[in-house]
Amino acid sequence: MSKSGSPIRGFKFNTGWEYDPAPESASHIKLADRYGLFINGKFVEPISKKYYTNINPANEKTLCEVAHASAADVDAAVQAASDAYHKYWKKVSAKERGKYVYRIARMIQEKARELAVVESMDGGKPIRESRDVDVPLAANHFFYYAGWADKLQYAFPNRSPQPIGVAGQIIPWNFPLLMAAWKIAPALATGNTVVLKPAETTPLTALLLAQIIQEAELPDGVVNIITGFGDTGAAIVNHPQTDKIAFTGSTEVGKIIQKAVAGTGKKLTLELGGKAANIIFEDAPIDQAVEGVINGIYFNQGHVCCAGSRLFVQESVQEEVIRKLKDRLETLYVGDPLDKNTDIGAINSEQQLENIKKYLEIGQQEGAEIYQSSCPLPEKGFWCKPTIFTNVAQSSRIAQEEIFGPVLTVQTFRTDDEVIEKANNTPFGLSAGVWTDKGSKIFNMTTKMRAGVVWANTYNKFDPTSPFGGYKESGYGREGGLHGLASYVKL
Amino acid sequence: MATSSVKNKSAVKAPKIESSLSVPNDARLEVLKTYKLYIGGQFPRTESGRYYTVKNAQGELLANMCLSSRKDFRDAVGAARSAYKGWSAKTAMNRSQILYRIAEMLEGRREQFIAELMKQGAPQKQAAKEVDASVDRLIYYSGWCDKYQQVFSAVNPVASSHFNFSTPEPTGVVAAVAPQSNSLIGLVSVIAAAIAGGNAVIVLASEQLPLCAITLAEVIHSSDVPGGVVNILTGSYKELAGQMALHMDVNAVIFCEDDKAAAKDIQEKAAMNVKRVHLYTNINWMSDDAESPYFIADLQETKTTWHPIENIGGGGSKY
Amino acid sequence: MLKELPNFKLSARIDQVGVEERASRFTKRSIKNESKIQALKLVLNMIDLTTLEGKDSEGKVRQLCYKARHLHDAYEGLPTVAAVCVYPSMVKLAKEQLGNSGIKVASVSTAFPSGQAPMNVKLDDTRFAVESGADEIDMVISRGRFLQGDYNFVYDEIATIKEACGAARLKVILETGELVTFDNVRRASDIAMYAGADFIKTSTGKIQPAATMPVTLVMLEAIKDFYIKTGKMIGMKPAGGISKAKLAVHYLVMVNEVMGEDWLSNEWFRFGASSLANDVLMQLMKQKTGAYQSADYFSID
Repeated sequence: MSKSGSPIRGFKFNTGWEYDPAPESASHIKLADRYGLFINGKFVEPISKKYYTNINPANEKTLCEVAHASAADVDAAVQAASDAYHKYWKKVSAKERGKYVYRIARMIQEKARELAVVESMDGGKPIRESRDVDVPLAANHFFYYAGWADKLQYAFPNRSPQPIGVAGQIIPWNFPLLMAAWKIAPALATGNTVVLKPAETTPLTALLLAQIIQEAELPDGVVNIITGFGDTGAAIVNHPQTDKIAFTGSTEVGKIIQKAVAGTGKKLTLELGGKAANIIFEDAPIDQAVEGVINGIYFNQGHVCCAGSRLFVQESVQEEVIRKLKDRLETLYVGDPLDKNTDIGAINSEQQLENIKKYLEIGQQEGAEIYQSSCPLPEKGFWCKPTIFTNVAQSSRIAQEEIFGPVLTVQTFRTDDEVIEKANNTPFGLSAGVWTDKGSKIFNMTTKMRAGVVWANTYNKFDPTSPFGGYKESGYGREGGLHGLASYVKL
Repeated sequence: MATSSVKNKSAVKAPKIESSLSVPNDARLEVLKTYKLYIGGQFPRTESGRYYTVKNAQGELLANMCLSSRKDFRDAVGAARSAYKGWSAKTAMNRSQILYRIAEMLEGRREQFIAELMKQGAPQKQAAKEVDASVDRLIYYSGWCDKYQQVFSAVNPVASSHFNFSTPEPTGVVAAVAPQSNSLIGLVSVIAAAIAGGNAVIVLASEQLPLCAITLAEVIHSSDVPGGVVNILTGSYKELAGQMALHMDVNAVIFCEDDKAAAKDIQEKAAMNVKRVHLYTNINWMSDDAESPYFIADLQETKTTWHPIENIGGGGSKY
Repeated sequence: MLKELPNFKLSARIDQVGVEERASRFTKRSIKNESKIQALKLVLNMIDLTTLEGKDSEGKVRQLCYKARHLHDAYEGLPTVAAVCVYPSMVKLAKEQLGNSGIKVASVSTAFPSGQAPMNVKLDDTRFAVESGADEIDMVISRGRFLQGDYNFVYDEIATIKEACGAARLKVILETGELVTFDNVRRASDIAMYAGADFIKTSTGKIQPAATMPVTLVMLEAIKDFYIKTGKMIGMKPAGGISKAKLAVHYLVMVNEVMGEDWLSNEWFRFGASSLANDVLMQLMKQKTGAYQSADYFSID
């Protein structure tokens, strides 16, 4: 019945109409009990003989065992990559090199569904995202860079770019397959060979990618994929025969790596943390801005280095924006990553959940107001409700440190100058978002943001043709687009 | 900075470069130049009061140079940070004209630079060649000021309804150790590539061949370059390179010496705030290889901007 | 009544790409099993079963009204449609045919579909329909005047028609396909609501594009903002082009997640459609029997 004149103008989203579970079938997925290391074109037992248990963060069930590569295993992998580079890959014509990379792209497309399901099982991300974002983008990334292989001289005017050699690549757990694609595709297209280490909590799609690389008949040793922990990564960084290191992960580890390669002459690119400002002006398309903020921070459980974790709202629209954010929060479905209706999946690991919880406490101790969705959480697994902190001060830790979870802080501002200063007042500089209907203001803001990717009236968009990477402590080097080639060539 | 107050009470004595035993009655005493630092558009002495002596091959004193301290460097970073905002916001054309102006000023003082290089031991011909090449290098980079953006930019054809482009933006505050040899053209090359790209720079001049550096500062000072955009220090890189790498408000470090230990130290310390480090070793600064837009690109960050494209009308949308 | 009118030139801005992304996200919801049956029945109950053709005859309207009451007798416990939507000349007949079924009679008016008639003709048109027993009036706005920027004219016209409606609920057709931009749709929605509309409706069905999910989303957000400001609920009716059950369920998902449960009834949400009902019926039978259906088994009126 009509609620006309009702004093409480709220919207009820706890409707009687519940969507029944719509799980993506996992029946066609056959995981091995145990995975070895992919070295020199074959899956081999680790010399270390060590394995660790890999679980599904949504239900804490064991998925399989995965090898923990030691320094000796790393050495074998780097040796294989080095041999492949010098004996074979260097001599393959650029055209043929490109065709190998095209093959990988096509095979990822063929196995898209399998990869998406495994990605969600291994990392906890909703199937809607792994299906619609991670896997297609990964395939497209290979497809895009494949075409560059025989056109490199056009990317670098007045230079003839040469490969560097063996690229050691270390990737994080938030976009396992996509990050592998971001690393491997440009490295191969430019003629390098690869030793890649996926994150310990999310090794599976990289291992499936290894199978694809096998099926694509890539020459043995051109791509080697080895699993393990931080010590494995360190062995790659410190190996005397890795000529290039590419790392995506935390700023803390990035600094350690930068220090470690000092004096070695290794070429280094880093894609590190962020604490992006997402700025809403009063003249913005508010409903789309709210949706953009939601996608900006709750996409992939907030496990996104470019997440729009600091919202700045102009004071005149603060009330409206916060109300709409809270409404929207209520319609986010948290739960089984394999359910097609899930918006927010599981937190990637227990450790990460602990870290997020720590910040939820800090935020409240700092006097910020916490608001969480009323959604129920599953009992098993690692979960965090989407959270908004209002009344947040610039000096509070939740507004300064990267939380890497579904936690948004809201600050208000009055003038353009004020928000530019506050947005840039951070050691990070990966990304930023600006929402306003006024074109000239957009360009003023996008120019003033000290960040590598600026989304205006949109957020969290990615494309193989679009360079991605940070300013300041968010790292250096670009991935994607023409600029992404520079990370893998000598000029 | 307490520049002017100290100036008249200069403790630096006139270096004896000619014997004064037989002074003719009508001879006038040469006014010698005091070599100071160039920070924030001013010429202060080092806050430390320290100096080191520069001599020619015959062992004769050429100058007492300021031995810059880390506090001088700190002041220079502060000046550079303040100047960076305005300099990077200038139009590219304006920066181009200012670099051209530096070249004009340098050309005008050509003889002085040649003399200074000769004082420091360069044969006349070589000195003239270096000065001329320095002028030309400034012209070269002046030309790049409003062109490198076009070379290093891209419009990216993303697979969604967005306009997406990538453009270079200056890295920020750059600290550099200039080459020890080729004291003029090396210095000019490092400065020109950095400021052509909109950065502000603090350069430590060649330790043993520093005379031209301060004279170059005078040239820069009279060339419409805003104070603080270029800061020139003299002293020892062994003392200051590490400080450059440690300073949290420095965004990039350039090191032009073939000193592996120092390079490693810089790279390690640079990790403190993920500084960009560029080692320009084994470069023949007189050659054409020493000039390229890639030196500008080294001190640029790529910014990618996304914006939706409305496609109503003209038949784009289903709606 | 409302004391202060907003400046319609300052209506909220809409970013088209963002709206389309958001709208497409509703279509990613996967509605299964019991929740699907629930949704399909609700869709049936929200339909304004429509015939608006020059060749409409008494016979056609009679058949349509019978269908409205007996959607598919082979399936027990089905709801009826919400209303039958006809031209003013057919209102009386429709009212007689529907009797006490509870099904409303909606009549288009104001020189539907173009609206290109003098005010007195539009008023007579409306009064005739109301006097013939129409429960609901679907008027069209003067798009030409709107696009000229003559918002006061559009506002006054709606307010005048609203007065003539008496107890009948007024649906205001924006004809979004002629307004072209989402900014215009939002502005026209605001004008209609402030002028007294009980419902806002996308289209006449005579112009392409008609209803789409993005344009409906823009209008729903307008309704939402209006409710927050005034406390008054306004109904929404997408019309034209919704002929598949799956699409209709996506619309329901959108209503559910944008407006919440208060709008999930035919009092506040309608589908203007002529062929949607049969597709929904086929889906319901499929859910019941497990077999995909043939159109031959469902009456075409």
